[in-house]
Amino acid sequence: MSKKDLSLLVLILVVGTVVALINPRFLFVGNLSNTANQIGLFGIFSIAEAFIIIIGGIELSVGSVIALLGVLFIDLIVNHDVNWVVALAMIVAAGLVIGLVHGALVTRMRIQPFVVTLCGLLIYRGAARYYTEDATAGFGFGASFPTLEWLAAGRTNVLGFPLPHSVVALAVVAVIAWVVLHRSVFGRYLFAVGKNEEAARYSGIRTNRVIVSAYVICGGLTAFSAILIAMYTRSISPAVHGSFYELYAIAAAVLGGCSLRGGEGSIVGVVLGTVLLQVLQNLVNLLGIPSSLNFAVMGTVILAGVLGDQYLVQRRHRVGAAKDRVQASVAAAPFERVKVE
Amino acid sequence: MSEPFLELVDISKSYPGVVALDHVSLQVSPGEVIALIGENGAGKSTLMRVLGGVVEPSGGVIRVDGTARGSLTVADAIKAGIAFVHQELNLFDNLDVAGNVFIGREPVHGGPLRLIDRKRMYADVAPLLERLGCDFAADAPLAELSLAQRQLVEIMKALSLDARLVIMDEPTSSLTLAETDRLMRTVAGLKAHGVSIIFITHRLNEVMQCADRAVVLRDGRVVGALTRAELSPAAMIRLMIGRDLKSLYVPPAAPPGDSVLDIVDAVTDTYPGRAVSLSVRRGEILGLAGLVGSGRTELARAVFGIDPLRDGAIILDGEPIRIASPRAAIEQGIYLVPEDRKGAGLLLDVSITENISLPDLASYMRFWLVDTARENDNAVRQRERLKIRAPDVRTAVGSLSGGNQQKVVLAKWLSMRPKVLIVDEPTRGVDVGAKQEIYGMLRRLTDAGVAILMISSDMEEVIGVSDRLAVMHEGAISGFLDRSQFSEHNVLQLAVGHTIEAEGP
Repeated sequence: MSKKDLSLLVLILVVGTVVALINPRFLFVGNLSNTANQIGLFGIFSIAEAFIIIIGGIELSVGSVIALLGVLFIDLIVNHDVNWVVALAMIVAAGLVIGLVHGALVTRMRIQPFVVTLCGLLIYRGAARYYTEDATAGFGFGASFPTLEWLAAGRTNVLGFPLPHSVVALAVVAVIAWVVLHRSVFGRYLFAVGKNEEAARYSGIRTNRVIVSAYVICGGLTAFSAILIAMYTRSISPAVHGSFYELYAIAAAVLGGCSLRGGEGSIVGVVLGTVLLQVLQNLVNLLGIPSSLNFAVMGTVILAGVLGDQYLVQRRHRVGAAKDRVQASVAAAPFERVKVE
Repeated sequence: MSEPFLELVDISKSYPGVVALDHVSLQVSPGEVIALIGENGAGKSTLMRVLGGVVEPSGGVIRVDGTARGSLTVADAIKAGIAFVHQELNLFDNLDVAGNVFIGREPVHGGPLRLIDRKRMYADVAPLLERLGCDFAADAPLAELSLAQRQLVEIMKALSLDARLVIMDEPTSSLTLAETDRLMRTVAGLKAHGVSIIFITHRLNEVMQCADRAVVLRDGRVVGALTRAELSPAAMIRLMIGRDLKSLYVPPAAPPGDSVLDIVDAVTDTYPGRAVSLSVRRGEILGLAGLVGSGRTELARAVFGIDPLRDGAIILDGEPIRIASPRAAIEQGIYLVPEDRKGAGLLLDVSITENISLPDLASYMRFWLVDTARENDNAVRQRERLKIRAPDVRTAVGSLSGGNQQKVVLAKWLSMRPKVLIVDEPTRGVDVGAKQEIYGMLRRLTDAGVAILMISSDMEEVIGVSDRLAVMHEGAISGFLDRSQFSEHNVLQLAVGHTIEAEGP
C-alpha cells in the first residue's frame, strides 16, 4: 500500500469516527451493510474508469451506459423471456462492443477521448429514453428471478454481518484488476502508454492496441455493474438512472491517486476513493445536512483532499531540492580543488 | 562605415562541463549584414540567446549605444531594437497577419473595455506589407501562408518594433530557391533602410550573396572574420575546421564482415524527391554525418518503423523485410536509441528496472505476470555492465544525469539481441566521462558482431569513433568516406553539398 493510499485510509477513518461520534447510527449493522452495498456497486465502474484514466484518457459515458444496458437487461429477461445467463452474456458483450467502438474512435480516427465519450453520454442516454418511451422499466407484477436476485442483490450473513453480494463482486473485480494492473505485462503497458505514449511506441509497444483494450475492459466492467445496479434498483427511469455516475467514478479515481494526465493510479486507491465518497454520502444523510447539499459536500472534500495532497507533494519537492543542493555542493567540491591547484 | 551601436566584448558562457562561449567579441554597425557561421555546436545559438536576453553570460560586457552592462533582459533586448526571426517561427496560426504582427501590444480603444482597434491595426500593417513587397493581405489567416510568407510576417513584426538589428537563425533552411532569392532581396532592402542583420546559415553561397562580412565561430570562440573581399567558400571552410581532434578511435578487433543492413533507395516524407542508399556491415560503426535537418533522423525513424517509408527497401541479412512498426523492427533485431532521450527514449518517473525491461517484457513473463525477480536481476547486471551510476535500480531515471540516462536507454537494447543498433546523437548532453564509456560500449558491441549506424552532429565523435562515414545533405547521401579520407574538411565539404573531388584539399 502506497503512502497516498495510506493517507486516504486515515482520512476515511477520521471522517468515519467523526460521523460515528455525532450520530452512532452510522455504526448500526443495517447502515453499514447498506453503505457497503453502495460501495460495491460504485466501486466496480470506478475501477473501470480508472483503466481509462491510467492510459491518459477519460470516459464520460459510464452513467448513460449503465442506464441503457440496465434498461436492455431488464427488457430482455422480463419482456423477451431470455434466460438471465444468456441476457447477462449479451449485455456484457454489448459493453465490450461499446468500449471497442470508443477505443477505435480514439485511436483510428484520432478523436479526443473527451469528445468521443461525451457523444456517447448523450447518445446512450437518448437511446435508453427512446427505447422505453421515457417510461420506467421494471419487473412486472409476479415476475421473479430468485437465483439472479439472490446473486446480484442478495446478502449473505457473515459472522452476523449481512454482507451484500455487490461487495463480493467488487472484491473479485478489484483483486483481478489489481493483478492485471500492478503485476501483469499488460498492466505495465497500460502505465507506460499513460506515462509517455511516444516512448512506449519507441519501445515496441503496440500503443493503439493497448488503448483499445483499456476501453474494452472499461466497457465490459461497466456493463457488469449496470446489471448489478439494475437488479438493486429493480426499476429504471431512463432519464435519471445512473446520471452523474461517471463523475463519481472520476472523483473516486482522482481521490485514489490517479492523475488525469495518465500513467498514475492504484486499484487500492480507487476502492478507497469509492469508500470515502459513499461515507460522505452517508454523512450527509446521518448528520441531517439537507440532501440538496450532497454534491457540494462531496466537491468540497475532494477539493480539500487534492489541495492537501498537492501541498504535501510540493513540500516533499522543496525538501528534496534542498537535499540535492547540499549533495551537489559536496560533489562539486573536489573539482573546484583541482581547478585551484 | 558608421559607428557600431551594439558591441559584445569578451562574452563568455559556461555550463557545467562545457564552455559554450569563450571571450567572444562582436560589433554591429547600422546597415551591416553579418554572416555568423560555424559547425553545429560552435556556439552560434548561445551567442544569439545572449543578444536576445534569454541567456545570461558568465562574463563580458554588452554595450548598447555606448551603455555597458553585463547582461540583457528580454525587455532590454527589445528596447535596444534587437529582433529575432527564429528557425521555428514563433507565430500563431490561428490569427491573421496583423494579429501576429501586433501580438501582445494590440492597439486598443473603448476605454476600460480594451477592445482591439482592428482598423488601426490593419492601417499600421499596410505600409509594412508594402515595404517588404508582400503578396498577401493584412487580414490573411496565417494558416494559409507558406513558410516563406510567415518569415516575412516575423520580419514585419520586427520592423513594427523599430528593430535596428534582425537576427535570422537559418532562415533559408526550409525555403525553395525562389523563396531564398526573395529573402535575399528583403535582406538587401532592410540593409538599405539602415537595419542591421545577423544571418546564421550553413549555406555558404548565401553568405557570398548577401554578407558584408562573416564571423566564424568554433568551439565557442571567434576563430576568424572575413571581410567582403576575403569571402570565399574555401576560406570559410578553412576557418570552420582546423582543430586537433582528440584521438578517440579504437579499431575493431576484426575487419568488418558482410553487410547486415542494406537501405536501398529509401525515401522519407521529409524529402520526397530524394533517395538514400547505404549499407552497414557486421562489426562496424558507420557514422552518419550531416548538418542538422539533413534528413538523418527521419531516415532512422523510417528504418525503425516510426514513420512509413515512402519508397525503397530495407534488406536485413540479404532478405528484404517490411517494417511497419517499431515492434516489427525490434522483432527483427533492429533497435533505435532515439535523439530525443526524454521524450522518446525513457519513462522519466519510472524506475531503471522497468525502463530496461519495457521493450522485452514478454520474455520476463510467467503466466502473464512479470517475473520481477528476474527483471531486477537483469537490471542489476546491466547497471554493472554499463556502469550506470545510481543509488539503486529502483531509482527513477528522471533523477539521473544525462549520461546515466543514456546508458539506461542503451541497457534496454543490450538486454536483448541486437543485430543492428541505430544510435541518434548518442552522447548529446552527456558528460565527457560517460561519453568515453558509451564509445567503449559501442565498440564492444561491434566486436560482438553488431552493426552500428551512428548519427551524430558532433564532429569529434563522427571522426573519432566511426569506422566509415556516410554524409547526408538535404535528404540524400552526398558521399562516403573511408578512415583514410577522414578529415573535418572532407566531412564539411560533403555536408554543405559539395563534392570532395571537385574542391579537394
